[in-house]
Amino acid sequence: MERRTLLGRLTWQLGEVVATRPETPRTKSITLALPNWMGHRAGQHVDVRLTAEDGYQAERSYSIASPPEEQPRVTLTVERLDDGEVSPYLTDELRVGDRLELRGPIGGYFVWEMPVGGPLLLVAGGSGIVPLMAMLRHRAAIGSTVPTRLLYSSRSLEDIIYHEELRRLDEANLMLEVVHTLTRAQPDGWTGYARRIDADMLREVAWPADQHPLVFICGPTPFVETAAASLVTLGCEPAHIKTERFGPTGER
Amino acid sequence: MEYKLDGNAAAGILQAIFPFEMTMAQITCTGCGTTMAMGATAAYMHGMGTVLRCPISDTVLIRVAHIRGRYFLDMRGVRVLQISEEG
Amino acid sequence: MSEGFIARGFRSRRKPGDESGRLPPGQYLERGFPVLSAGPTQHTPLANWSFSIVGEVNQPKVWSWEEFHALPRETVTKDIHCVTKWSKFDTHWQGVSLDTLLAQVTTAAKYVIAFSDGGYTTNLPLDEVTGGQAWVVDTYEGQPLEPQHGGPARLLVPHLYFWKSAKWVRGLRLVAEDEPGFWESLGYNNHGDPWKEERYWGD
Repeated sequence: MERRTLLGRLTWQLGEVVATRPETPRTKSITLALPNWMGHRAGQHVDVRLTAEDGYQAERSYSIASPPEEQPRVTLTVERLDDGEVSPYLTDELRVGDRLELRGPIGGYFVWEMPVGGPLLLVAGGSGIVPLMAMLRHRAAIGSTVPTRLLYSSRSLEDIIYHEELRRLDEANLMLEVVHTLTRAQPDGWTGYARRIDADMLREVAWPADQHPLVFICGPTPFVETAAASLVTLGCEPAHIKTERFGPTGER
Repeated sequence: MEYKLDGNAAAGILQAIFPFEMTMAQITCTGCGTTMAMGATAAYMHGMGTVLRCPISDTVLIRVAHIRGRYFLDMRGVRVLQISEEG
Repeated sequence: MSEGFIARGFRSRRKPGDESGRLPPGQYLERGFPVLSAGPTQHTPLANWSFSIVGEVNQPKVWSWEEFHALPRETVTKDIHCVTKWSKFDTHWQGVSLDTLLAQVTTAAKYVIAFSDGGYTTNLPLDEVTGGQAWVVDTYEGQPLEPQHGGPARLLVPHLYFWKSAKWVRGLRLVAEDEPGFWESLGYNNHGDPWKEERYWGD
């Protein structure tokens, strides 16, 4: 696995939308062709910048959902926030053939690749699944069998992003276990967790502390803080926990 | 309501200035002496500029503003910054 | 901000021609009240709160929360303008005029540095915070000022860009020589008059 060094300062580049795909009622994946893309690592993000005709600008960060293996195509999965400035444009207006300005990849700190090792605990809240999905896709692409557990909190079954793909990865039995919790509504016959994550749930799902797991937590800020604090009280070393907060509203 | 993000969120603007992987840069805080990866700092993406604070002591480590094609960078809160060429 | 690629179909938040004459140049009207945060939200208990006037004064003066509330109060309605280009009309505040507070000290100083919990500072000429131009306010729209908006009390200096209205204000330091504050030392204009569009250094 080749280590990539940055060749220069990050500059803005243009990508062309080559595909869009609804994932859930509130999220959409957008695939971009980026001619100047230097590649990325699983877990990194891009900054997207929108400029209006009068010069008004808005900028937000979005995690890359696709694994490095798909470069120079890059896929973002965006959750539409009703009072958002950028996300409604990306989910409702942007279409195939449009161009989008972004810079990246950014964020070598929140990255998983094979040398990082495991066992891995991935904890996702809502659209926090996106960078963790890039990690899982990369892990599958390289045929890694690093023991991995994903604890994924969603409001309801229909809000689970990548539900079908996660089911297939789970069933392929490559040392990956996916655990869902549905916090607002559960389908009839649901036997899984039905509440927000807490210390008890993490105690049941997380690797025992003496296995020294590496943890990645991503989602809204309160979710991340609850998960991180709970794991520390369960004996997880703070230095082994990496977090990516999405902010109070989920839009960064 | 807390507006703190992880240091990763500020990497975009720092990497527009420094041609290196900045989230892995090691920062020593002048307030408490702790050394940590920039990715582990607390980032505040204030509309007027970006502020990085020490997660232990809240000391302001780095402030960046980007104004009309010019970067303003204050790193007085950093005793020493270590940047690896390898990222 | 530098130029960027114009995104097809992306609508600006600016609406030209809003409220004739009330919008300073380059501003747009905002209905919400954005929170801009450079650090953790401060939550100072009222029992620990005080407001001080220190520095180049005959005698430093300190008010506890109770003493502050015993002072004559005013209700003011003002437009506010943020350097990030949003403006908000007819915001309603209650608090104590800086004239009332500064009347308690004697000084030959020309400048004030407002200082806040969490370490924020901003600098102002003394003659721009007197004569009915500035207040320490603790009530917004009839309710106690929320911590995310600077409560329990913030400075209000509405004729200048809103970064001068320091959140979580705890006092004023009077000085003979001007000292740039938190944003003034990082590229933002020392004065900050929205009507002259004094946003940045060199404006």
